[in-house]
Order: sequence, then C-alpha cells, then structure tokens
Amino acid sequence: MRFDPQLAEIRFGCGLSPSVAAPKSVDQMLRTLSDTDAIASRFPIETFDDFQKRIAYAQSLQKIRKKNRGSPEALAAKKGRRVLNKEARIAQASWLGQHLNRWVSTEAPLRERMTVFWADHFTAAGKAGQVRRAASPYMESAIRPHINGTFEDLLVAAVLHPLMIHYLDQNRSVGASSERAARGGRLSGLNENLAREVLELHTLGVGAPYTQTDVTELAELLTGVTYAPPMRLKFRKDYAEPGAETVLGKSYGGGPAHIRDVVAVMRDLAHHPATAHHIAWKLAMHFTSDTPDPDLINALKVRFIETGGDLSAVYDALLKHPAAWVPQRSNVKPAFHFMGSAMRALGVPDPAITSLDEKTARRLFVAPLREMGHIWEKPDGPDGLPEEDAAWIAPQGIAARLQWSITVPQLLMKDLPDPREFVHNALGEFTTPAVEFAANAAETRWDGVGLVLASPAFQRT
Amino acid sequence: MTQSLNRRAFLSRSAMIGCSLAASPLVTPLSFAATPGENRLVVILLRGGMDGLGVVRPYGDPAYRALRGDGGLSEPNGAVDLDGYFALHPGLRPLLPLWDKGQLGFAHAVSTPYRDQRSHFDGQDLLEAGLSDLNNGTSRDGWLNRALQHLPNGQTDTAYAIGRDQLSVLSGRAEVQRWSPEADLVLSPQAIKLAGLIMQDDPLFDAAFQKAMAISDSDGDAVATTGSLDDLMQELNNSRKQSSGKNRTTLEQRIAEFAGKRLREDTRIASFSINGWDTHQNQGRALHIALNRLSNAILTLQETMRGPVWNKTTVVAVTEFGRTAKINGTGGTDHGTGGLMVMAGGALRGGRVMADWPGLDESELYGRRDLMPTRDVRAYLGWLLHNQFGLTKSAIETSVFPGVDLGADPKLIR
Repeated sequence: MRFDPQLAEIRFGCGLSPSVAAPKSVDQMLRTLSDTDAIASRFPIETFDDFQKRIAYAQSLQKIRKKNRGSPEALAAKKGRRVLNKEARIAQASWLGQHLNRWVSTEAPLRERMTVFWADHFTAAGKAGQVRRAASPYMESAIRPHINGTFEDLLVAAVLHPLMIHYLDQNRSVGASSERAARGGRLSGLNENLAREVLELHTLGVGAPYTQTDVTELAELLTGVTYAPPMRLKFRKDYAEPGAETVLGKSYGGGPAHIRDVVAVMRDLAHHPATAHHIAWKLAMHFTSDTPDPDLINALKVRFIETGGDLSAVYDALLKHPAAWVPQRSNVKPAFHFMGSAMRALGVPDPAITSLDEKTARRLFVAPLREMGHIWEKPDGPDGLPEEDAAWIAPQGIAARLQWSITVPQLLMKDLPDPREFVHNALGEFTTPAVEFAANAAETRWDGVGLVLASPAFQRT
Repeated sequence: MTQSLNRRAFLSRSAMIGCSLAASPLVTPLSFAATPGENRLVVILLRGGMDGLGVVRPYGDPAYRALRGDGGLSEPNGAVDLDGYFALHPGLRPLLPLWDKGQLGFAHAVSTPYRDQRSHFDGQDLLEAGLSDLNNGTSRDGWLNRALQHLPNGQTDTAYAIGRDQLSVLSGRAEVQRWSPEADLVLSPQAIKLAGLIMQDDPLFDAAFQKAMAISDSDGDAVATTGSLDDLMQELNNSRKQSSGKNRTTLEQRIAEFAGKRLREDTRIASFSINGWDTHQNQGRALHIALNRLSNAILTLQETMRGPVWNKTTVVAVTEFGRTAKINGTGGTDHGTGGLMVMAGGALRGGRVMADWPGLDESELYGRRDLMPTRDVRAYLGWLLHNQFGLTKSAIETSVFPGVDLGADPKLIR
C-alpha cells in the first residue's frame, strides 16, 4: 500500500483543511483516537446526564400540572414546559453547530468519522416532547467515548441506553407471564422491536443464521429492561418473563431475573462470527465503496475475531489494507459529511457558526440537510442513513448540494477565498481540469467557490 | 474536456447552445416507452390525525348533537348537507362541484389496525408501513412502494414522492423519484453551464444533475437568474417560503401543481403530505385552515391535469387516526381511533359517503371515547390498487397489506 496524506484526509478524515496539516502516517491517525478528545472539550455538546436535568424539570412541572388541574399554578407549569421545549430545540440547533465546528477544526478527524459511523449504526432518537432533542447527547455519552474500545462495550452502551430503549419500544415490552402482565392494563405482552433490531441491525446482520424463535426468545430475555424517571436505565423484575431463554442455542437466565443475563447475551452476540462479518462489511462499505473488496472485508473480520472485537485493532486492519488506498474514489460523501467537509475546506471560523441564532442555523444547515436527504436527528428508521451513493446523488440531493454550495458559504464568511486558489486547497491532488476551469471562469466568487464544492471531485471519497 | 479549454472558447460554445434549457442537452429526452397503464393514483398523507367527525358530520345520528352540536347546517356559509345524514365541513365547500359530478367521496369510520396507544409516531409508521401491527419493529418499506413492485413496466418516473417529507409510504426497493419544489434551483446562467461542465467528470453526478435541471426548469419558474447576489437570494427565499400574505400560491398548491405536471407525463403514482390536523384546541379555526390546504391541493391537481388525465385519476387522503368523539375542554379534540378517508378524482365513483355506521352512543364508541372503526382503511386502498392497477387480491393480501381482510369490493372506480 502507498500512504497518501491527502487521500487519508479525504477518505478517512473530514476533508482537506487550509489550517490543519494532513496526517503523516496510519499510525499517527490511529494514535489520535487514543489521545485526549481535545476538540470535544473545545466545542462541547451536552452529555445525556445533563440532558436528563431538562427531562427531570419537565417532569416536575407535569406533576404540578396534574395535581392542580385548571389552577393558575397548572397554567404556569404548562407554560413552563413550553419554554423548556423551546430551550431544548434551540440547544439542539446549537449542538449541530458544535458538530460542524468540530469537523472544521479537528486535528483528529478519524474520531469524527468513527463517531458518525457508529452513531448511525446505533441509530436512536426521541419520539415526543423534549426527548426529540436528545440524539446528540446520546451520541456524546453512549457512542463517542466507546468508539476506540471493544465492540461489546459499545454495543452494551448503545443498546441499553434509555434513548434506544425508548426509540425501539423496549419500555413497553413485558413478559406475557410477568407480574406486570398479570396485573392487567396497557402493558400486557412482548414487543419484539429492540430484540429484532439488535440481531438484524446491531449485531448479526439481516442474512445471518437466526430464526424468529431467536428473536422472540431474545425479546423475552430483554423484558425488564426499561427506564425510570427522569430517564435512567432501570431493570424491573416485575416486567421480566420468568424462566430461562435460549438464544442461538445457548440458555440464559432461569434464576431470579437480572440484567446481567441481558448483558451476557449482548456480549455473546458481540463475539459471534456473523457479527464480525457484518461489522467488517459495513465498515468497508462506509469507508471504501458500495461494493467493497472481499479481501478487505475478510481482513477486518479476521482481525475482529482474533482480537475479540477490539475496534482499534479493526481500524488498524482497515487502514493498513491496500484496498483502503486505491486512488480511484468510488464512494460519495453522505450529506452531513459533505457539509462538514465543505466548511472545513473553507475554514469557516467558529464564531461564525456559534453566533448563529436558531432560526438561521435551521435555514443554513437543517433545511438544506433535509433537502439533501438527511433529516437531522429524525431518522426514517432504526437502520439509519443509506450507504448507497445513488441514494444521495439523486436529482434533489444534487440540486440541494449545488444550491447550498453557492449560497451558504457567503452567508458564513465575509471574505470568501479566491476560487482560483480555493480549487487547489479544497481538492489538492484531485483537482480536475474541468473544475479548475470552472473556478477560473465563474463570474463571481460565490459561484466559483460553490462550483468547487459541488463538483464530483470534492464529493467523492 | 481538456486543459486547453479557455474561457472564451467555453463562452462561445455555450452561446451556441443558447440559454434556453429546453433546447439544451441538459434536458433528458422524454421517454415514450410503455408505462404501467394509464390510471393514476395520488396518495395524500394527512399528518396529525384528522377529525373525521368534524369534516364529514353525521348530523343524522341522534347522538351527534350531544357531542358536537347541530352540525352547523344553519350557519351562514356553514356546513353543507351531503345526503340527509352527513354534512360537509364548510372548509371543503370549494370541492362541492366535484361532489356534484360524483368526483368526491368519503369512507367513514375507517382506521388502520392501530389501537390504543394513540401516538402520532407509531400511528403514522403503521399507516405508511401498511402492516397489521408494529410488534416486529418498524417496517423497512412502505405499502405504496410494495404496490409499485407489482406494477408491470415500472420506470424511473413511475412514482414520485413530493415535498420535504420523507414519505416512508414510498420507501423501499422499487425506484422512486423524490423532489421538493422548495429544492428548486436558482443559479446564474454562467453557473448553470459551468455546473454542467464539472458534472461531466462523473456519470452518476451527471445523470442526477441533468435530471435535476430538467425537473427544476419544468416547474414554471426558470432556474437561471441574471440579477445580483441580492436578487438571487431573494428568489431563493421566495422559492422556499411558505404562503405568506404576499405569495398567492401556497406550498400545497406548488406541490400539487408539480405532482399534476408529472402525472400528465410518465408518472402514475404520486404522494405528498399535508400537516396541521392535530387540532387539540380551538379546532373551529385550525381545522378550517387544514381543510383549505387539502381542497387547494385537490383543486390544483384537477386544474393541472385537466380533462382526460384527471378522468384517469384517483386521489386518496388518509390519516393516522381519527379524534375523540367529544369536544375537549379547549374547543378541540384529542387523539382517537376511527376516522375518515377522503377521495377525489375523475376516475372515482364518488358522490357518496361509504360507511358501516357504528353509531355514536357512548356504548357504541371505541373505548367509550372514539368513533368505532368498522372497516380497515387498507381494504379500501387494496381494492383501489386492484381496480386501478390490476394488482391481484393475493398480492395485496400477502405483500402490499399483509393480513388485510379485503372484504367486499366497494367499487370505487368508474
């Protein structure tokens, strides 16, 4: 393999930057993952613990409301909840700005890429009220600290996170023979949602050898996993289906219900060869091509199995495989990656992003992302964003990218770079004659800069 | 394109091409290949839970008055009697000419199989997935996409998802075009030409860009703008803005017009959504606004498609659930169960309110609070797919709406 610093920055990083030097070696890239997370401290995003304080406050207001229906206190509490919802909405827009700031300035861009990859692999979102704003805090607390550890730790952190439990209805699932079901009421039986997605999406993969019986048994084993106010993981024995469950031929539980049996099945699933294959394939596809080199997939799978799912070792295998460095760029940046890397190429100063009010941030980032096909923190399903290039480079997506490229940079920066220089800074060795010509021939700076960003040469990785 | 291409050569070449996109090589030639029949279906998702009892009012039911009052027939410009039993909300008065021609109809007391939780999120998931329940997780595809997979000779343009909405109802394996009139391009003529040039580096980008230009230029306002930066931003803002006092066309009208234009050509299935039905308070006003949007969208479709194409078209508007039978303490209604499906179109055998009416006595209500659903909305949709596109009953019962009980044919099509 031939290490290429610019390709490294484009394929495995956040794109070329006018102020951050490209990495010198694969080892340097990998080292950045175990260094202190400096960029996260510089551009903080609320942790889920802090987000819970918002939820707790809203719940206390709800109590006041219910206790004194129709009274002035209840009205004030209702108003207070509305204010809280609004504050959370504003915070959500500011966190998107922080994600972008991190992409613009980070010296450890592989961490941003891996965080985005795993947050999508473990897609979760809130479905009502304030919790709709909780995806970034979840990403910050459950995903980001675990991207360089073992897959099993990441799996447990994500799947047993209250936001995932809420998103995939685990809190509504109770064993049919549980104490809770016997009491009657709304919660009377199993909901297989989380169990199915753990097998299909998070671990083994859709084609893997598991059956509907495995799904049902896993769902029964998961009963008891729920959350308690404000929104903390809680295992409730009265929800749990009594007796042992058999998942993929192995028996779990049987004694008094305990969350340790749930953790045990997660760890076993994490070590399953089908999981190794599924993760290897997904990483290879995300970082190299829609149709990744089978030898690359195999190398990642072997390393995954050998190391018991040590993710840093798997990344090492990825970055040291020749298929990772073929000069032909056959992947396309997903929408957020496109936007983040464009702002990095421009070197948008962080105050220009941080100072935006919510409405403007939604106009400049959230609405265009939606037109590009990425509804920010409102996933279409637990399978997250599409990997296929054609899903992004469709007529509407490409129109949205072109329009954003020409109009938004000038709203973020007083002095746009000269397109004639910008084309080389943004594309480096991947500059093509057509884009260079367009950068020179454009009538205005914004057209020139926009055409560089909208070019296939910029959007391919 | 070679390095030696200079600005002057490029400009003179583009001058020969001319500024009109219609004459430029950017426009994809129209396809005249066989399409899957001539019939058209438009599916409108009414997000938020439409109050069926407020839109088509069963004033003939003796229990209605206690719940909702007299039906509003006596008010000036109030509700309109449809058939001596049901009255139409005044917000749909603009559709009365369609009713008179038999091109407007309703199915009342319908619902998806969704029960009890009354959550928008799950209710809409189920409505779009077309499944019997979500106990096995959310579906990866929507029923309209699965239906599309059974259509013969489906092509690139056969189905369109329109607007900013993700429209999971059309997500899935069959190819679907997506376009939002708000994504309309506004660029300088020079940028248009240069964009065409850079996209030629890459076939995937080139094809998508050409299609984007063709769509964007066919929707009434040209892509090219020659003005200053301020003009460009202004036009862009206009193309994104929803209806305000000054703008005469609403977003719904623009979406419906775009849909109508596509349906005049190769498109056979289109879907978009209209929000604003979650009328928890003061619904006299809120429901009226939402109904205006719906009637605007339907009339714009009719106007855009005109005669022969409209006569091949059925429009259905469905919602995730109905609302409570009783008005709540704030002049609105809360999430309920049984609701209403609105149908329109030149192909429709309308002019009737179809319902196996369950009654509105408290004992007849679902959970003593909601209109009791007496028929699965998927049965109507299934028969529509059967009659309009020739989908077999078994394809509908096993693939499009797994587990649905189709029941008797409501004969929705002329």
